[in-house]
Amino acid sequence: MAQGWLQIAVFFAVLVALVKPVGIYMARVFTNQRVFLSPLVGPIERLAYKALRVRPDEGQDWKGYARSLVVFSLLFWIALYLILRTQGIHPFNPEGFKSAPWDVNFNTTSSFITNTNWQYYGGETTLSYFSQMAGLAVQNFVSAAVGIAVVVALIRGIVARSGREIGNFWQDLVRILLYILAPISIVGALFLVSQGVIQNLSHATVIHTLTGGSQVLGQGPVASQEAIKELGTNGGGFFNVNSAFPFENSTGLTNFFEMLLILVIPAGLTYTYGRMVGSQRQGWAIFSAMAVLFIAGVAVVYMAEQHGAAAQHAAGLHTHAFDGSTGGNMEGKEQRFGIADTSLWTAITTVTSCGAVNGAFESLTGLGQAAPFANLGFSEVIFGGVGAGLYSMLLYVILAVFIGGLMVGRTPEYLGKKIGAREIKLVALGVLVTPLFTLLASGLASATRLGTRSIYAGINPQGFSETLYAYLSQANNNGSALAGYTGFVQPSAPGNSGAYGISFADLLGGAVMVGARFLPILFVLAVAGSLAGKKVSPAGLGTMRTDNPTFGFLLIGVVILVGALTFFPALLLGPVVQSLTTRLF
Amino acid sequence: MKRDLTTSLLAIVVMTVFLGLVYPLAITGISQVVFPGKANGSKVSVDGKVVGSSLIAQPFSHPALGDNGKPRLDEEGEEILAPDKAYFQPRPSATGYSGNVTYFGNVGPNSVEGREEVRENLAAYVALEKPFDRGLTKDQVPVDAVTQSASGVDPHISEANASIQAHRIAAVRKLPLARVEDLISANTDGRSLGLLGEPGVNVLELNIALDHPTGEAQ
Repeated sequence: MAQGWLQIAVFFAVLVALVKPVGIYMARVFTNQRVFLSPLVGPIERLAYKALRVRPDEGQDWKGYARSLVVFSLLFWIALYLILRTQGIHPFNPEGFKSAPWDVNFNTTSSFITNTNWQYYGGETTLSYFSQMAGLAVQNFVSAAVGIAVVVALIRGIVARSGREIGNFWQDLVRILLYILAPISIVGALFLVSQGVIQNLSHATVIHTLTGGSQVLGQGPVASQEAIKELGTNGGGFFNVNSAFPFENSTGLTNFFEMLLILVIPAGLTYTYGRMVGSQRQGWAIFSAMAVLFIAGVAVVYMAEQHGAAAQHAAGLHTHAFDGSTGGNMEGKEQRFGIADTSLWTAITTVTSCGAVNGAFESLTGLGQAAPFANLGFSEVIFGGVGAGLYSMLLYVILAVFIGGLMVGRTPEYLGKKIGAREIKLVALGVLVTPLFTLLASGLASATRLGTRSIYAGINPQGFSETLYAYLSQANNNGSALAGYTGFVQPSAPGNSGAYGISFADLLGGAVMVGARFLPILFVLAVAGSLAGKKVSPAGLGTMRTDNPTFGFLLIGVVILVGALTFFPALLLGPVVQSLTTRLF
Repeated sequence: MKRDLTTSLLAIVVMTVFLGLVYPLAITGISQVVFPGKANGSKVSVDGKVVGSSLIAQPFSHPALGDNGKPRLDEEGEEILAPDKAYFQPRPSATGYSGNVTYFGNVGPNSVEGREEVRENLAAYVALEKPFDRGLTKDQVPVDAVTQSASGVDPHISEANASIQAHRIAAVRKLPLARVEDLISANTDGRSLGLLGEPGVNVLELNIALDHPTGEAQ
């Protein structure tokens, strides 16, 4: 396993090295300063304001900011739904795909507007190139930018010493897209193509194989979508098996690069945060708390997967590693990634709200599944989705400050601002709304015949895991899945083609994604508005510090406490049972 | 409110055009000029004919024939396939090595289905290789040989898997074992930059090299 640990260590070192430069760059973008791209992008930016009729210097209070965000997202929801409904008449549709059923479209639309990218559709068997490019990939950019905009607004609220303004939504949106997401995607996409990820508009290619059979190779504009899918922590694969498919993720190097794309913005934002609040230590404290939880998750998955699965041992397979073989649980994994890189990816995609996968989650071992469950159960605050991770974590920071304040008997303060009843109420709502959606929806789906129809593994712990994970993933806007769970009837339909909707799963999932995305955003913006303009009192002797290891551990404790109290009983029924027993079901 | 509506509608149009069409089409254009081979799927040709993609596994099998000389069918009426003994075999696939309809096998870690799948694959693997590699026991079978890959078209097998199969290939093709092992080494993709990922033997490229020892394939 030494080689595997080395790869994980190298990845983490590269990530840490990127945090500062990326963090500084983003801070300059958010505060309207010049960056090295300004000479190139500046004119485009001014043109964009003119075209959109935006006055960028016009600040908005939290209600104005929220209104712009909601109106924009709602209208884009309608636009995307219409694009998917009318797929048959669009260009770039070499396979001649018709539109999927309306309830699948409802789910997919909700999924992409909310940065979730849950796949009840099967990319290569349901969607035309036009739908992928002009429908889904656009949302990969836009929903990511919306998430980042919200955290920037929250930071401004925390910092602002006067006035009620928390920025201009349209300006944030335009600058995030033009200075951050688009340039990195362009470079990233071209790099991926250079390594074997495909990028074309051709019809699927029929090939006569060496032994005289035939094989059809799917084609399409994959790399352009792959880059932003990882960078924006979106995760919806061009192909149904996502980044496990060699045309999406062709080598160990593309795998490494894609993992970096997923984490670079969420990790960099912690540095941006420190810079914008004027104390780098504040940013590093949050980064460290996230990193501890992240590394713990990676270690659990890696060791569990290297051990192998109960079913394989029962079949008499020796899952130890030896010269020339990785050993471990290779069911649903690719040889070029092996155990270590699949485990690392699994942790990365579940701590962030990315949800792209490079192996089959359903085939992870019991304990290997438990880590993704935990990462999602902590509400995606370990780095988390672009923007969404940090704004959710900041809610937990305020909660930790409040709990710390209760313990020492002082009015809680964060960065000099008193945390009052109003802020704490909003924070509590923001923290609890996602788990509430998860538990209600998975309860509903587990207890009704309509819901259990989606289960693939049968009525047993794995089947329960599938259900719980489906709603945990959708409520946290992650999008990864124990992929047996389906909105389509399996296995009579190969893959997801055919697309017989299970309307219940499609509609419940879609509603959960929308609710659990936009309600927390509203609470976060309300907190931002509430903090903006509060007087800052100088730190005194009794002020609880929020930039040292003690606070880091308090923060980790609060995150674990909330997650464990909410989900522990449910987790016992699924992954915990499977990791404690060698029994087969 | 009205301004939000106007700006939203304008933004939807502008963003759909630039992010949804200009960006992917520009990347496509550049890729087709600069990296045409990779952008179109790393296709491999033999004698000028495309036979596959070096990134996508393909089956090396034939319909199994019954005693009556006709293809045997399984319970669902599909032809049962038997591995072609003259070729290295890729990893098991849940999708029949489909390159355009992909899905995971979704075999659970504690499932009876998983035990049966591995048990059958293990028995089949030993039955295929043991006649040529007398010392082979179940304990020596590498995990990748009997578990389904994630994509269904994993182009690689482990080096251990390839060295076991080398005995069969050498016997069936009447080649010295050392020669087959050389070909395996020549068609092994190491870790990227010597560090990232796992090494794997590219099955299609290796099989092409076996068919064309002089190397006229490209």
